[in-house]
Amino acid sequence: MILSFAKIRAILKKELIQLKRDRATAAMVIFIPLLQLLLFGYAINNDPKHLTTVVLSRDNGIFARNFIVGLKNSEYFRVTGEIKSDEEGRKLLQQGNVQFVVTIPDSFSRNLMRRRNPSVLIEADAADPVTAAGAVGAAGEILASALARDLKGAPAFLRIDNPNPANVIIHKLYNPEGFTNYNIIPGLTGVLLMLTGIMVTALSLTRERERGTMENMLSMPVKPIEVMLGKIIPYILIGYVQAAIIVAAAEFLFDIPMSGGWFLPAVALLIFIICNLALGLAVSTIAKNQMQSIQMTMFIFLPSLMLSGFMFPFCGMPSWAQTIGNCIPMTYFMRIVRGIMLKGSNFAEMSQNFLALLLFMCVATGITIKLYRKTLD
Amino acid sequence: MKYAIDVRNLTKKIKNNVIVDHINIRVQRGKIYGFLGPNGSGKTTTMRMLCGLLSSDEGEGHCLGFDFKKESDKIKSRVGYMTQKVSFWEDLTIRENLEFTAKMFYEDDIEKRVRESLENAALTPHADRLAGTLSGGWKQRLALAACLIHEPELLLLDEPTAGVDPKARKEFWETIRRFADGGSAVLVSTHYTDEAERCDKIIYIAYGSIMAEGTVAEIKSGFSSLEDSFVYHINESLRNKS
Repeated sequence: MILSFAKIRAILKKELIQLKRDRATAAMVIFIPLLQLLLFGYAINNDPKHLTTVVLSRDNGIFARNFIVGLKNSEYFRVTGEIKSDEEGRKLLQQGNVQFVVTIPDSFSRNLMRRRNPSVLIEADAADPVTAAGAVGAAGEILASALARDLKGAPAFLRIDNPNPANVIIHKLYNPEGFTNYNIIPGLTGVLLMLTGIMVTALSLTRERERGTMENMLSMPVKPIEVMLGKIIPYILIGYVQAAIIVAAAEFLFDIPMSGGWFLPAVALLIFIICNLALGLAVSTIAKNQMQSIQMTMFIFLPSLMLSGFMFPFCGMPSWAQTIGNCIPMTYFMRIVRGIMLKGSNFAEMSQNFLALLLFMCVATGITIKLYRKTLD
Repeated sequence: MKYAIDVRNLTKKIKNNVIVDHINIRVQRGKIYGFLGPNGSGKTTTMRMLCGLLSSDEGEGHCLGFDFKKESDKIKSRVGYMTQKVSFWEDLTIRENLEFTAKMFYEDDIEKRVRESLENAALTPHADRLAGTLSGGWKQRLALAACLIHEPELLLLDEPTAGVDPKARKEFWETIRRFADGGSAVLVSTHYTDEAERCDKIIYIAYGSIMAEGTVAEIKSGFSSLEDSFVYHINESLRNKS
């Protein structure tokens, strides 16, 4: 099949002219991101539970074991396993697979008995600062109540003149100062691109159908793929403009660090934008009018907002919600952007997320091409 | 190849409704065919099937020498189709609309073709007005210009003069007559009997079936006017149905 680039360019030009004259859409594309950025950036807060935790225990004493049982019984932590080395823990954190790594040092129990006030180390993925902040309090409580149970009878002397026989030390990684904005803003990039991306493409095709211009276009010798490319390319450019606005705002308003450079986020952005635009076109092939396409956009958008790890920590969601979340492109985009912007992750660490995103892009594009009707049937 | 359209047993069903019921259509080159019939009789559906905008459930034949079912891409590049509803982009200017249409058919000389098209339709002075702000007559002129820009061999016009004043209608018919004299075929649907009188041949369709076909004189014979003839055919068709 030979594509005519002249035709694609003609459609592209038409889209840009129409967009320029359509003030409402242009405003939506530019101002909604800014508005939501401010709204979400300053206002969102949440109260997480059941956060994935792994334990690295170098001590097999009774106090250490009881502390781990306490962690397992708590609502705040969900202990998913025990690990053997620091490196393993660091890797899990870096990939975003766990929220916390709890390390109990060797001779914890012995030092406790000798009144040396040993400490438990909790390394937290503080990219989402709310969860990390809660961990300090929660782990301290668990340790205190475990000790309160254990230090009765004979060992009770350990508590005399020593209200805290053992401590919890929190080591916040990636976002040590605990700025919520650090976590919200990169995620917000995904949310905003998704909302406007799906809606704008969905509308651009259903509008043609509603106004009858689709009939005109279909009566011309132009291939579906040419129409789709001509429709998609302008919005890819617009997606980058939106991303630039958000990143600029992130710099000036919220001082967000960009630890991982620009190249990887830009690539992820491209794949993610195409995912959304393909979804938008898929919506437009099903929706009968513009109203329906807005409703369907919301239908896709809301789960993405709730279940991608943007609103609530992914690790803390129930497993059914995680399953749905794993089918949403935003989940992967969010992990990539957070990973790169805040943790300075490299491609190898993010490769699984990139692959998932790429796969989604291919599937969404495939479905759209399949659904696109060449006739008015 | 005498016929621009030569299609037999053309049928379209939507769910259990038969919209177009095994009709045969033949349209000669160089002639204007009037396509008449009550609302909902299948005129638009027929035209859409002929230019590949709708799939057909049954039927075989050719449009401009191409299999109308399999070679709709080739047919599309040689047919000018004017839709019933205004179907150009109202947020583009006249020039931008024509330019876009030209680019869908041609790779080169776009500027020259657009300029000629504007001149032929006497739209040059208004070329930079937004299409949405035009009056009915101007809109129709733009639609026809867009339809003719690729010099089609067959024109399918779906109620092109609905809501257009008499002067504009007269000019419109002069344009398509010139066009037919150039050797192309025209199939035009209309509700106006005065326009039907201008056609070389009339195809009268009611409720999915062709009720009458022939020259104006043939259709009229035995009736006091074309209108009476049409009313008779509608009643006949309704009687057949029940």
